[in-house]
Amino acid sequence: MDRRHLRQQVTYVRKSLFDQGYLDDQFMQLEDLQDDANPNFVEEIVASFYSDSARLIQNIEQALVSRPVDFGKLDDCMHQFKGSSSSIGAKKVNMECSQFREYCCAGNIEGCIRTFQQIKQEHATLRKKLENFFQLARQAGQAETA
Amino acid sequence: MMDNGFSSPRKDAFPVGLRVLVVDDDPTWLKILEKMLRKCSYEVTTCGLARDALHLLRERKDGYDIVISDVNMPDMDGFKLLEHVGLEMDLPVIMMSVDGETSQVMKGVQHGACDYLLKPIRMKELRNIWQHVLRKKINEVRDIEILEGMESIQMARNGLDQSNDGHLLCGEDLTSVKKRKDVESKHDDKDPGDNSSTKKARVVWSVDLHQKFVEAVNQIGFDKVGPKKILDLMNVPWLTRENVASHLQKYRLYLSRLQKENDTKISVGGIKHSDSPLGDSANSFGTQNSINIQQNDVSSRSCGFSGNSLLVQNVEPRSHDNDRKGIVSKIVAEPKRALTVEVPDPHKPRSSQMEFGHSLTSSASEVNYAEYDSNFPTKFSWWEIPQSRLKQEQKPLHLDDGFSHLTWPGKQQHIQVDYPQPAPPIISGSSVTGRGMGGSVKIKPLYDECRKNGSQVSSTESTIEASHVQTKTYKVNHQTFEPISTNTSSLKNQASNLRCISDLESAQKNINWGMSPFATLDDDFQVRWVQGDCYAMNLGLENIDFPEYFDRGLLADVPTHLYDAVSFDYQNLYDPTECSLIEQGLFIA
Repeated sequence: MDRRHLRQQVTYVRKSLFDQGYLDDQFMQLEDLQDDANPNFVEEIVASFYSDSARLIQNIEQALVSRPVDFGKLDDCMHQFKGSSSSIGAKKVNMECSQFREYCCAGNIEGCIRTFQQIKQEHATLRKKLENFFQLARQAGQAETA
Repeated sequence: MMDNGFSSPRKDAFPVGLRVLVVDDDPTWLKILEKMLRKCSYEVTTCGLARDALHLLRERKDGYDIVISDVNMPDMDGFKLLEHVGLEMDLPVIMMSVDGETSQVMKGVQHGACDYLLKPIRMKELRNIWQHVLRKKINEVRDIEILEGMESIQMARNGLDQSNDGHLLCGEDLTSVKKRKDVESKHDDKDPGDNSSTKKARVVWSVDLHQKFVEAVNQIGFDKVGPKKILDLMNVPWLTRENVASHLQKYRLYLSRLQKENDTKISVGGIKHSDSPLGDSANSFGTQNSINIQQNDVSSRSCGFSGNSLLVQNVEPRSHDNDRKGIVSKIVAEPKRALTVEVPDPHKPRSSQMEFGHSLTSSASEVNYAEYDSNFPTKFSWWEIPQSRLKQEQKPLHLDDGFSHLTWPGKQQHIQVDYPQPAPPIISGSSVTGRGMGGSVKIKPLYDECRKNGSQVSSTESTIEASHVQTKTYKVNHQTFEPISTNTSSLKNQASNLRCISDLESAQKNINWGMSPFATLDDDFQVRWVQGDCYAMNLGLENIDFPEYFDRGLLADVPTHLYDAVSFDYQNLYDPTECSLIEQGLFIA
C-alpha cells in the first residue's frame, strides 16, 4: 500500500475503535503523552497493561472457583482489574467490570461468572484490535520514511 | 532528571521541579502517571509498594514535596499510608482511586488527604497539585503560630505576673473572651453545619483542650505518643482520634520548630538583636529570613499571587525599635505569579490576599530557603521577638514582630497577651496584622488570627478542625477575622486572643486589606490561604510605620476597636485595589 493509503487506514481504524466503543478518552490522553522522548509510549502502555492483566485475571478466576465464595475478595480483585483497564481507556472492558461488581455486591455468583466470561472476551478482542492498529501505524510510519 | 527526589528544593520558578512521589501497585498506572508528571516538569519518583514509599520518605525527610498514592495497595491500606505520611512527614498527600464512592472520598479527606482523584486521571488534574503544596506550607505556618499562641496563652495564664497593666489586662480580657469563645465554639464545633461534604465537626483547640493534650502527651512520653493513647488519656468524649492525630502532627511541627529556634537562638544570640541582618528598620524587609520560614520550603514560592507584588515583607515593623527583627519576613514580591489568586471576590477575597502574602513569602521563602539558614535563625525570631519586646515596649511593634512571621503585625496580639515569657510568640496568625501598614494597609490582622485559629475566617466561627486544615473544607471556615473582639474565632488557637489585640490595631488601620485569606484561590486554597496570606501580608505592613498603630492603645482598647473594625473590614475583605495600595505601602523597603 502506498503511504497515503496506509495512513488513511490508520486513521480509519483508529476512529472506528472509538466509534465502536472499544476505547475512550483515556486512550487519547495516552496519545497526547507520546512525544519524542517516548515515541512508542502508547504501545508500551498497552503492552504493560496486557502483561499485568494476565495476573489479575488469574486472581479473579481463583476467587471465582474457590468455595465458599468470598465476594469481598472477588470485588477487590475486580477493582484492581478495573483500575488497570481504565489506564488504557478500555471502554467495553470497563463496562463489563462495572457489571461484574454489581453482581458481586448482589452476591450473584452466576452473574459474576457470566460477566467474567464477557470480560475476558472483550479483553482479548481489544488486544487483537490494538495489535492490528499498532502494526498498521508502524507500517504507515515506515512507509513514510521509505 | 535529578536523582530520586533527594534533591533540595528547587529554586526555579515554582512549581517546576516539584518533587513528587507516586505510589501505586498498578505498574501501568505508575508509568502513565510518571509520564504525565514529567510533562508537568515535576520531578517524579515512583513506588509500587506502600512500605517502599515510607522507606523512601523516611530516608530523606525533605526529599519530596508531595505524595500521590492509590487507595488500594496490597501491602498497606492507602489511608494508613496517608496517615503515616501526614504524621511523620507532614507532606500533602493526594489519594487516587478508580472508586469514586462518596464514603471513600470522605474517608480520604478525614484521614487528611488534601485531594482525592478519580482514575482515569487527567493531566490537568496533575498540573494543579502544586497548589496543595503551597497551601500546606501556608497553613503550616499558621498552625505553628497558633500553637505557639496557645502555649503562650497558657503560660500567661499560668501566672504571669507581668506588671504590665496592659498585658495583664489584655491577657485577662482575652482569656475571658477566649473562654467564652471556647464554650461557644465548642458548641459550634459539634455542629457540623458547614458546607463541606464531609460534615465533620470542627474542633476548636482551645487552650484548655490543648493543655489536656499536652499533659497527655507528656504523660505518655513524647516518643511513645500516638493519637489513640492521647485520646484515651484526654478523656474528652466528643474528640475523635482524627482530631487528635492532626493536632499531634501540628504539635510535633511546632516543637521541632521550637527546637530549631532554640538552637539558633543560642547560637545566634537571639535574633532579636537589632543588628539582625534584617536591618532594623522595617524597611529592610525583605530579605531575610522572611518569615516564610515555614513556608519557606514551600515550593510555592512563586505562588504567584496574582500580580500583586505583594512583597510582603513582613519584616518586622519593628524597625522602629530595635531589634524587632525577628520577623522579617520577607515577602518577596512575587507578584506576578499567577497563583490564581482570585482576590477580587469579596467572598473570597481573603484567599487572594493571602496569597499575596504567600506568594510573597513563597518567593521569599524560596529565596530564603537557601539563605534562611544563613541569615539567621530569625525565623524563629518571630516569636522570640515578641516576647522580649513586649515587655519592654508594649508597643505594638512587638506584636508584630513576634508573631507574625508572616508579617502582619497583627500578631502582635500576642504580645499583649502577655507573653511575659519568651515563650514562643504566639504568632498565631495575627502577628502580621498589618499594623505596620500605617494605615494604608488594611492589614489584616485578622489574618493572623484567622489563620491559625483555624483560619476560621468565616465569621461563623466555625472552628475548623485542625485536621481540616488540610482539606478543602477548610475553607469553609473561619475567616476569623473576627478574632478581635470576640475571639470568636474560636479560639482554636488561643492565638486569637492575641490577635485581638493586633487586630484591633490593624483594624484601626483599616485593614481591609482584604486579605481575607480566605479568599483562596480555589476552594482548596481558601482555607489554607488564609493563613498563609496573613502572614505575608502582615509583614509588609509592619514595617510601614507603626507608630500610628501603636498609639492607638493597642492593648487596652483594642478589643473593641478591633472588633468593630474587624468585622467591618471583614466584610470588605478583599479589595484588589486595596491590595495594590497596600502593596505599595508595604513595600517600603
